[in-house]
Amino acid sequence: MALLDRFPALAGVDLSVESGEMVCLRGPNGAGKTTLLRACAGLVPLRSTRAEVLGFDLIADRRLVRRHVGLLGHRTPLYGDLRVDDQLRHCAALHSASDAEASAAAERFSLEGRLLGVAIRRLSEGQQRRVALACVTIARPQLWLLDEPHAGLDRTSRDALDELLGDAVTAGATVMFATHEAGSARLAAARQVTLAGGRVSMSAPEPGAGTSADVA
Amino acid sequence: MWREIWLICRKDLTVERRARVTLIQIVPTVLLILVVFAFAFDANPSLLGAGAGGLFWVAVLFGAVLGAKRSFDIEAEGGNLDALRLGGLSPAAILWGKAMALAVQMAAVAVFTAAGLVVLFSVAVTDWLLLVTAAVCGTAAFAICGCLYGAMTVGLRSADTLLPLLLIPVAAPVLLAGTRAFDVALGTSADQGWSWTALLAVVLITYVAVGWAAAGPLLEDA
Repeated sequence: MALLDRFPALAGVDLSVESGEMVCLRGPNGAGKTTLLRACAGLVPLRSTRAEVLGFDLIADRRLVRRHVGLLGHRTPLYGDLRVDDQLRHCAALHSASDAEASAAAERFSLEGRLLGVAIRRLSEGQQRRVALACVTIARPQLWLLDEPHAGLDRTSRDALDELLGDAVTAGATVMFATHEAGSARLAAARQVTLAGGRVSMSAPEPGAGTSADVA
Repeated sequence: MWREIWLICRKDLTVERRARVTLIQIVPTVLLILVVFAFAFDANPSLLGAGAGGLFWVAVLFGAVLGAKRSFDIEAEGGNLDALRLGGLSPAAILWGKAMALAVQMAAVAVFTAAGLVVLFSVAVTDWLLLVTAAVCGTAAFAICGCLYGAMTVGLRSADTLLPLLLIPVAAPVLLAGTRAFDVALGTSADQGWSWTALLAVVLITYVAVGWAAAGPLLEDA
């Protein structure tokens, strides 16, 4: 259970996700999708008998999982006054990534040339989203947690994101994302989990996928 | 730990270098306070000279309130504090990194304020060492205290009014001891200047100790 201002945003979620699996969270507004993603990132205190992510016990110490998780919520966690290259350098330093890794992530989302010298505040919403996604990529997470990942992105960036998530899953990372959109064929193939009232109301397993590791 | 502190400090100073909020907004506000006081005291040179030490600290304190607010506003914006937590940074590293960056910015504010006092109030310094030591201890104390309360109020809707309401009373000992030390350094008082500076250092050490103890609870669930 997770309480937000004494409101039970999650009320006994029973969900197991295999590593290397892609899970799509669906449900109406206020169903608890965002809270579940934040809880998996170790950012929300939980009251539960068992909550484990990537082998880390969230009840005992939820801080330990954070370094292994990449979270992109509704808002883009960027410093508006920094230039794009400043922000990418900061993310690389934060996650002990090399300049080459930062450049590769930027390239993946077409953050090149003059765009690197522009203040983030001056970018469009879609461009800011691309910078935020590049920052998550730089973190090389084992668990990707994305809230409406396609919001504000153009066709090219959506394809780049789908390809990136596909590559991450192939490399053994786990992806959980919340969306209201139909999405691409690759994302539509993800296991669909529906939340309602802070509980899992329906879980349709992806063909061939097992469920053993508890995510929340 | 030091790497993490430096990472946050460097990031905050880069934000400041790009936005120049201290130079363009805080320093002019602080200088305006000096000018307003000069008008209020009817440009009476003896009165202004006698109160120069106190004016310096009042001006720097208001500068620290603005700086601390700005320092945590940029973290609340877009959920940047969560991004720092996901980077595995400890709350203490975040607090001390931000305090270091704010101390550098407050040092710049203090230099401009001192220059403003010299130009507007024609004050003369009789003990530079005392003046500089007191200024360093006082601005560092304001920076730490500002960051503590900035962390406490980050993300709150009432942060704009709550931060000065909480910070100014707690910073009063710095204001008092700093003013007394400056009065001696500026030759307007024959008090024990170094005793007041020692008190400033004790207050600074107290703020550091409180910062170590409070960083976790303040920034973990902010």
